[in-house]
Amino acid sequence: MATEKKMLNCIMCPMGCELTVTIEDGAVTEVTGNTCPRGAKYGHDEIMSPTRMLTTTVKVEGGQLALLPVVSKSVLPKGKILDCAKELKKVTVKAPVKAGDVVAADILGLGIDIVASRDMAAV
Amino acid sequence: MSEMYDIIIVGGGPAGLSAAHSAVKNGAKKIIVLERDREAGGILQQCVHNGFGLHHFKEELTGPGYAQRCYDLIKDCPEVEVLVDTMVLEVHDNKEVIAVNPERGLMKLQAKTVILTMGCRERTRGAIRIPGYRPAGVYTAGAAQRMVNMEGYIPGHKIVILGSGDIGLIMARRMSLEGCKVQAVLEICPFSNGLTRNIVQCLNDYDIPLYLSHTITGIKGKDRVEGITVSKVDDKMRPIPGTEFDIECDTVLLSVGLIPENEISRELGIELHPRTNGPVVDQHRETSMTGIFAAGNVVHVHDLVDFVSDEAEIAGKYAALTALGKNAASDRDLAVTPGAGVNTCVPQHLRLSSESEAVRLFMRAAQPKRKVKLSIMSGGQEVMKKILPVVKPSEMISVEIPAEKTAALSDDITVSIEEA
Ligand code: SF4
Repeated sequence: MATEKKMLNCIMCPMGCELTVTIEDGAVTEVTGNTCPRGAKYGHDEIMSPTRMLTTTVKVEGGQLALLPVVSKSVLPKGKILDCAKELKKVTVKAPVKAGDVVAADILGLGIDIVASRDMAAV
Repeated sequence: MSEMYDIIIVGGGPAGLSAAHSAVKNGAKKIIVLERDREAGGILQQCVHNGFGLHHFKEELTGPGYAQRCYDLIKDCPEVEVLVDTMVLEVHDNKEVIAVNPERGLMKLQAKTVILTMGCRERTRGAIRIPGYRPAGVYTAGAAQRMVNMEGYIPGHKIVILGSGDIGLIMARRMSLEGCKVQAVLEICPFSNGLTRNIVQCLNDYDIPLYLSHTITGIKGKDRVEGITVSKVDDKMRPIPGTEFDIECDTVLLSVGLIPENEISRELGIELHPRTNGPVVDQHRETSMTGIFAAGNVVHVHDLVDFVSDEAEIAGKYAALTALGKNAASDRDLAVTPGAGVNTCVPQHLRLSSESEAVRLFMRAAQPKRKVKLSIMSGGQEVMKKILPVVKPSEMISVEIPAEKTAALSDDITVSIEEA
């Protein structure tokens, strides 16, 4: 049986507790160092299925600025963040755009839309 | 004869927009916001990452998303005019404002009150004196952020970042997402001044090393940066001889702190505080000059834009009441002084009247500490105490003194933080 221990910083609140997560055969069996239950859940999820929001920019045509800031509608798997950022480099949108407009639907088939962070007027 | 404004707001970032919205809610009828950039929103427009707004809008927003919310609150208000591409040159104590704009030329505007919301600017390499030539490839982190996020240029490909405050960390991730290689982040202090969340998600996620107690002692390259020399520093932040090593890079980003932008305030002659580098204000954010208010990063540098908005709403409210002649006259003026363990506290004094009001204090701890007691003392008596699980210089602390307690205050106030 393979046992592994990983150290993590809980990021759920400013306390920043140092967690030790025990992993046995690819499954989390124990989280210690947390002050509250949110830390245990964070430690578990961060090892088993880490996720991140993605924020970046895409090119705009005919807009008041050259770039449009965009954000993922919800979290994406951490391991796919760089691929998604690369994919978004290929995207160009046409102004006008409204905050919340979908810029890239179902990015890389992950089931998450990328949307505009702000309005972008046409010029 | 120039028109009379109730309020002129200098700067259309989150502070200026929030102040304008609050002024409208409190009855001001004629407000103008003067913004020098091509659009309102200030520095938030280049902060494309998220994490803004959880306190103020109860929702997690990106920087541009937060700016949009602030702008949407006032864009249809007939009371508010926002003038972009407009540079304020001078503010006078009679509330006359001199500004220039490409269409209207030199303008002279007159108001009953003025709110200063110019924000802050970055410290530069000059301010930290790195020896060596001045090759191309050295930028402030904020200038690089604007380049990458708004103009669409990449400043370089192999990057070293000096300073581990949040802007430095955020830029480390941003450059990585753009396909650049971030070689290292260097921090002269023995601890990072950034949020743990940013260390985890901006550095660890991209395997970027963070060197604490290290600084740049040399920049190589004559025309373009080719690398840097790094040294470990002792507890007085002096480089330790013999600890030098080199890192190859073509770009250095400086994220070495922000200072309030107070050219205009200085020329106007209002009192500035030596530690915050911003105007001395009372709890209504009125400066040492009657009818001149200030709020946001121009007063003291914030880490959360949410607090900027909260503070600007106070300034907007009392500027409106002053313009309308509805402000209660104060009957006592109490100093608020940082004591042990506290570096700065805003407001610096309270001008209290018979109308009792709750007062929020915004503080920065002097050192990172766990399990502390924050106490507010007045005339040898404890007015309030609060136990906090953790304090960090990088995270502003906000504590509200309730109205029934401020009503009873008659002596100067000291705030301190001690181990509980
Ligand atoms: S474990 Fe609980 S207390 Fe500790 S950092 Fe996480 S959320 Fe905060």
